[in-house]
Amino acid sequence: MRYMIIVKATADSEAGVMPEEALMASMASYHEELMRAGVLLDASGLQASSKGWRVRYRGAGRSVIDGPFAETKELIAGYTLIQVASREEALHWTRRFPNPVGEGRDAEIEVRQVFELDDFAPGEAVERFRRMDKA
Amino acid sequence: MKTDLHRTLDAVWRIESARIIGALARMVRDVGLAEELAQDALVTALEQWPDKGVPDNPGAWLTATAKNRALDLLRHRSMQATKADALTWEIEAQLQDGAPPAPDSTLDEPIGDDVLRLMFVACHPVLSVEARVALTLKMVGGLATPDIARAFLVPEATLAQRIVRAKRTLSEARVPFELPGPAELGERLDAVLKVIYLIFNEGYAATAGEHWMRPALCEEALRLGRILAELAPQVAEVHGLVALMEIQASRLHARTDARGAPVLLLEQDRTRWDRLLIRRGLAALERVDALGGGYGPYALQAAIAACHARAAHADHTDWSRIAALYDALAQIAPSPVVELNRAVAVGMAFGPAAGLEVADALRDEPALRHYHLLPAVRGDLLAKLGRHSEACDEFRRAAALTQNERERELLTERARVSADAVR
Repeated sequence: MRYMIIVKATADSEAGVMPEEALMASMASYHEELMRAGVLLDASGLQASSKGWRVRYRGAGRSVIDGPFAETKELIAGYTLIQVASREEALHWTRRFPNPVGEGRDAEIEVRQVFELDDFAPGEAVERFRRMDKA
Repeated sequence: MKTDLHRTLDAVWRIESARIIGALARMVRDVGLAEELAQDALVTALEQWPDKGVPDNPGAWLTATAKNRALDLLRHRSMQATKADALTWEIEAQLQDGAPPAPDSTLDEPIGDDVLRLMFVACHPVLSVEARVALTLKMVGGLATPDIARAFLVPEATLAQRIVRAKRTLSEARVPFELPGPAELGERLDAVLKVIYLIFNEGYAATAGEHWMRPALCEEALRLGRILAELAPQVAEVHGLVALMEIQASRLHARTDARGAPVLLLEQDRTRWDRLLIRRGLAALERVDALGGGYGPYALQAAIAACHARAAHADHTDWSRIAALYDALAQIAPSPVVELNRAVAVGMAFGPAAGLEVADALRDEPALRHYHLLPAVRGDLLAKLGRHSEACDEFRRAAALTQNERERELLTERARVSADAVR
């Protein structure tokens, strides 16, 4: 099973401030550890929302809204995807995730189990989704 | 409550067992003993954690507890034989250096070599291949004996006995807890890769029983391969094996239909292939390229799998490249099975008659006499040539030979289609 560890944005990440050296080092060590344990699938940091946009659907129309977006805590700054054999294993790994804003400061990360297509009952909607999903 | 604790401990054990056993084996110089001491620490945790709560760093707690037990044992031994004193001092110094364990200490310890040594010892040539598989899953993978027994469809007592005997064999043969020297490194590494791939294949294409595959074994083999790739990053074939397993695993969910019946590669719904795993497989293959020195057998097979992975549709498959890769594979790792696969590739690249020529050359091959895929491949090529009556015979022969019930259904169905075409 796969879990996504989601790191929320902060004022710093939104301002495009790169993390301090010490934090980068502990993140690197942690991810190396995940890799050595064979559980790391993927990890990426996201650039500030000022470089992104949203597409808003309203009625039949849609409009593009450029970033940045105000509600910093709702934004995502990065993710780490792991593959483990149990929820407990995922829990064990995530408890050791470095504080994303630096030790000693208030922060939160969120962990979510990833759906796999087989989790959905087979049906026309899933088949259509698969076709849409085709790269 | 107890079950929660058990689950937590299982998880911690799976993550930490290899390095705990590795560190202990370096101390006591006996892998079997190290494993028992580590298990003792697990029992202590089961006794203490319900009252004291799960420690902040369970891995460090288990390691420290197990090391203390090892130290007690060595002290006890040193009272009987003073020559062990030096060793005891050495270990005490080690313990003082490391203690008390800081919350993140396990993240920074250079433990890699211990785990690598453990892999080499678990796959040591004094052991039978079955024993190597069991020990690797038990000591490196951190799986419980009943789980391993279930995965391999053998009684728990049989597997437990196999592990006990393997540990005794290692002890009696005085297999040192060391990395192999340069002279034997290549061969010993091959043995490790073979065991990992064997575990993968056991999961990928279960040779017997109702289930076509047991994905948990595939995932475990992948995990072991990924671990090894970080421990021995300079060895191209390690990345070759990882690439092969990643790409094959990307097809796991496309290999069966909604009823659980097998779907062959060319008929699979490619949108169900896991693109993240494909991407990882291609990246592993790039690591092979970056190391230079060409492709070994695993990298070649990975390159073949990559040809399929890169084709968005089965019709777009680069069969002449696949045939060329099988040619290369037949050069460095010739085997009747490789030759049979080459027949399939040649058939696709240059027409069924050319493929059948390669396959026909294998008809008297003793190693394939009971191998269902030879008649299955011949049946397929004959059907394409419109020789339906011969094709039907071959599919029937293949169906009779396979151990896999679902595959038998598939082959019986193909025999029926060929029989209908004759009429």
